[in-house]
Amino acid sequence: MSNSRGGYVNPYLSGAVLGLVLFGAFWLTGGGLGASGGINRIQLAVAQKVVPDVVDHNAYFAHTAGGSKNPLANPLVPMLAGVVLGGFLSGLAFKRVKVEVRKGPSISVRNRLILALVGGIIMGWGARMARGCTSGQGLSGGAVLSAGSWAFLMAFFAGGYAMAWFVRKTWN
Amino acid sequence: MGPFAHTMEWGTTTVYVVSFIIGIGFGAALEMAGFGDSRKLTGQFYLRDMTVLKVMFGAVVMAAVLLGLFSAFGWIDMSLVWINPTYLWPGIVGGLVMGVGFMIGGFCPGTSVVAASTLKVDGIVFLIGVGIGIFVFGLTLPQFEGFWLSSNYGHITLPEVFHVSKGVVLIAVVFVGLFSFMLAELSEAKFGEGMQGHELHILPRRPLSWAAVGLLIVAAGAAALKGEPTGEDLWLRIAPTAEKAIKDRTVYVHPLEVAEITRNTDLYTVVLDVRDEADFNLFHLRESRRVTQAQLDDPGFVKKLSSMPDNTVFFTVSWDETAATEAWKKLKARGLANVYIVEGGINNWHRIFPVPPCLGKPAKGKHEDETPYLTYFRAVGDCCNTAYPEVAYKQIPTDCYLEMTHDPHVHSAAGSKEPEGPDVKFKHKVKLKKKRAVTGGCG
Repeated sequence: MSNSRGGYVNPYLSGAVLGLVLFGAFWLTGGGLGASGGINRIQLAVAQKVVPDVVDHNAYFAHTAGGSKNPLANPLVPMLAGVVLGGFLSGLAFKRVKVEVRKGPSISVRNRLILALVGGIIMGWGARMARGCTSGQGLSGGAVLSAGSWAFLMAFFAGGYAMAWFVRKTWN
Repeated sequence: MGPFAHTMEWGTTTVYVVSFIIGIGFGAALEMAGFGDSRKLTGQFYLRDMTVLKVMFGAVVMAAVLLGLFSAFGWIDMSLVWINPTYLWPGIVGGLVMGVGFMIGGFCPGTSVVAASTLKVDGIVFLIGVGIGIFVFGLTLPQFEGFWLSSNYGHITLPEVFHVSKGVVLIAVVFVGLFSFMLAELSEAKFGEGMQGHELHILPRRPLSWAAVGLLIVAAGAAALKGEPTGEDLWLRIAPTAEKAIKDRTVYVHPLEVAEITRNTDLYTVVLDVRDEADFNLFHLRESRRVTQAQLDDPGFVKKLSSMPDNTVFFTVSWDETAATEAWKKLKARGLANVYIVEGGINNWHRIFPVPPCLGKPAKGKHEDETPYLTYFRAVGDCCNTAYPEVAYKQIPTDCYLEMTHDPHVHSAAGSKEPEGPDVKFKHKVKLKKKRAVTGGCG
């Protein structure tokens, strides 16, 4: 198998480690990994403070954050905090903590950031449509052999390959 | 036996602390793989850097095999593990949209968190975008809510779709994974940066790598050979505690409490009658459903019951208690939560709630187990008031009803009156428990 390049751990080894963490999550808590769920809850906590009327009058938001409900009272929130810490620690260990913008050589920083924001919005919308992001739906659902999660994974890769040509300037 | 959050009844704090620690592992695993770098991530879709496929598929295969192995050997109860429900088309459309978002923005939600944690500005901006996108989804959901809720196949898994055993699926997943890794190596050798002139290695080179591949195949094979636990295996796992519950009679619920729970609008009651059809037709509790032995032995049937709302209380019932208890064991073994037995069965029901004179009279001779206590004059099904004592006697006046109440005054007054059961003291036993400590996914 290929050697690690660019200071990254061998992908198969990282995959095995990630698989162990994923399995551990199921074995310990009965639920898998999730990222967008935690982001959703933090987003709702902010919305609850800023636009409480909107949250209370939208069934989808109110389900998690309506009235006096605390959207942060969910294991996915401490998990998200752990992801930040874990990513930071690994970044420290491999000397990758650095303020920078990652992009292809032929795109400006400003445009890259605009596209990051647009892509993020599309991703957030899609992740709720799919009832989970690549972690909660793809990894976790895939590991428990959920039929819909495998269909989702194929759709995700199909969407990516279909889009790749149009944004090649951003990355190459 | 896992999942420990449920089997050891962890409190909220413990679950949060454990989730935090799992999160650290998750974040570190993503970062060390290079998932904090948008250019590395998107390389997947230009075939130059297949890290995303290798890491994700590797993790899924690893976790799936371990879960299969642990389930087969009884170290984890898969009925307590969260299986993402399949909403097929919303999932596919969501996946396609996410693929597009990934290529434009360079991350998925989890990886953008890791990028943000290592101070990548594009990651931070993307993360803010995700928050906005989720908010926009909530605002726009009313426009397409029908679609979002469509094609719901429940918690269906690949073995159920293809009608093969889980072991077969696991072995297939391992080999598809290994095959895709070889394609990934091929692709990187052809399109990768700085790979020109490198030797092509589509097979592992180091003995350790071969050992890892071998171990994975052996583990999947062992899970397949051992097979998924049968109903009996599952029962043996819980037998010590469950037998005690039967002996202490904590699972036998007094008919008055059954009626009380049926009346409780916060709860949903399902009565499963395990008698045969002829007996069921003679008399059964209102809105009870007959279940056959074949259904009780079918994991798919129990899974359907399990996916009912959390506030569902199940009761099994037979003429007496023997058959109902056997059914309870089967349901309990497959992890059905909040399942109880109607104390004394239908026969006891008749002793507690008044039997209309036209229904039957006590049978003569010595009572044998699992036979009716009444000699029924005819089959009434649930068409008599004693079949639903939770409702005040205000339903369709059957001929039985007319025989019982000649007083028209009683008839008109009924309906506004709270139903009154016989004045019997009994102990409440039903305690609603959550099915899972943690529901996974991104809920």
